[in-house]
Amino acid sequence: METLNYRFENGTRKLSAKAELVGVVSSGNLEVLIESADLQGACSIEIKTAARGFGAIWEAVIGDFNKRWQLADTRISINDMGATPAVVSLRLDQAVESVVEEK
Amino acid sequence: MTSSYLEANARERIAQMLDAGSFEEFLPPSKRIVSPHLGQLDAPVSFDDGVVVGRGALNGAKVFAAAQEGGFMGGAVGEVHGAKLVGLLKRAVQEQAEGVILLLETGGVRLHEANAGLIAVSEVMRAVLDTRAAGIPVIVLVGGSNGCFGGMGIVARCANAIIMSEEGRLAMSGPEVIETANGVEEFDSRDRALVWRTTGGKHRYLLGDCHGIVADDTAAFREAVTQTLQGFKNNPTALSLQALEAEQAMLEQRIARFGDVADPLEIWQRLGIDKPQDIAMLEAAAFMSLAEPHRVKGQA
Repeated sequence: METLNYRFENGTRKLSAKAELVGVVSSGNLEVLIESADLQGACSIEIKTAARGFGAIWEAVIGDFNKRWQLADTRISINDMGATPAVVSLRLDQAVESVVEEK
Repeated sequence: MTSSYLEANARERIAQMLDAGSFEEFLPPSKRIVSPHLGQLDAPVSFDDGVVVGRGALNGAKVFAAAQEGGFMGGAVGEVHGAKLVGLLKRAVQEQAEGVILLLETGGVRLHEANAGLIAVSEVMRAVLDTRAAGIPVIVLVGGSNGCFGGMGIVARCANAIIMSEEGRLAMSGPEVIETANGVEEFDSRDRALVWRTTGGKHRYLLGDCHGIVADDTAAFREAVTQTLQGFKNNPTALSLQALEAEQAMLEQRIARFGDVADPLEIWQRLGIDKPQDIAMLEAAAFMSLAEPHRVKGQA
């Protein structure tokens, strides 16, 4: 297993208070737990993945995700079992759409 | 969300089975009660350890429900997973639920967790029987792609009723286990038609192992659970010695009638079904009405 951590400061979009889990920890899939948390406007993402050595790809996928949503005070926790970048992006969007407050 | 029970995941199933918005989860993923064993093996964990448990309403009735996630380690029961099921059943007794619904999809015990998993499964069995003894019916649903096998197959048969889809499978040893232990001549696990004929919902219904067959549809499962729960209103739910002896007699008759048969098709023929080869293609309702006069009648 490998653990990766990312943090993006100064987000603009807040979540509703509830926590949601989307996806399943199965082959080629992942679960994404999204919660609001007091992080001084930041969004933190922790990834635990069964596939070691893909840090650069995670960084790109997570960076794109942050550009799309600019989340504030959000904690995202991921258990991954070798999902492809496209699946990761879809799951992340699904997670946000399950909790984000309409502007 | 899809209406197929087979294609839905555990969270979708439980949400669609209960009244909209009524489900309140115990130990939700945000609590992060994960397996203490998988991490030591450097294996991925899941925030709910592969099972969703909680309280909700079914047509207004207070029910407790659990759904196993077949996608996570085949729905296998580890220490935490099993403890969540046991806790749910105990709380159902404490709070005098009107019923407990177990949406099982599992290969049985999670072998990574060895004795802790085995003990967990046995504790679930005891908790199911305790719940029944407290006057609360326990209904099992089997319709996921992994079926319901191993120790959890026994748990299912400890319940008051089992409702399956024809896609659902129920047995003790799974096809690969039988093939590995007894050889491909005994059972070819890659013969999908044989596997479903032997462990699938229709055969289970014909042999008296389950109460009903429904289409692969969450609304159909919901309707069947509602009716089954209704049937237990003001009726005893506890396992009695009399029921156990009747079940034993049914099993003895079954082995005497069909013990020499190699394929379920022959069993269906002996049950008096004219064209057993047509069974596989029948829709749930047509199948039920065809099967009813011929099926073995056990506790189910």
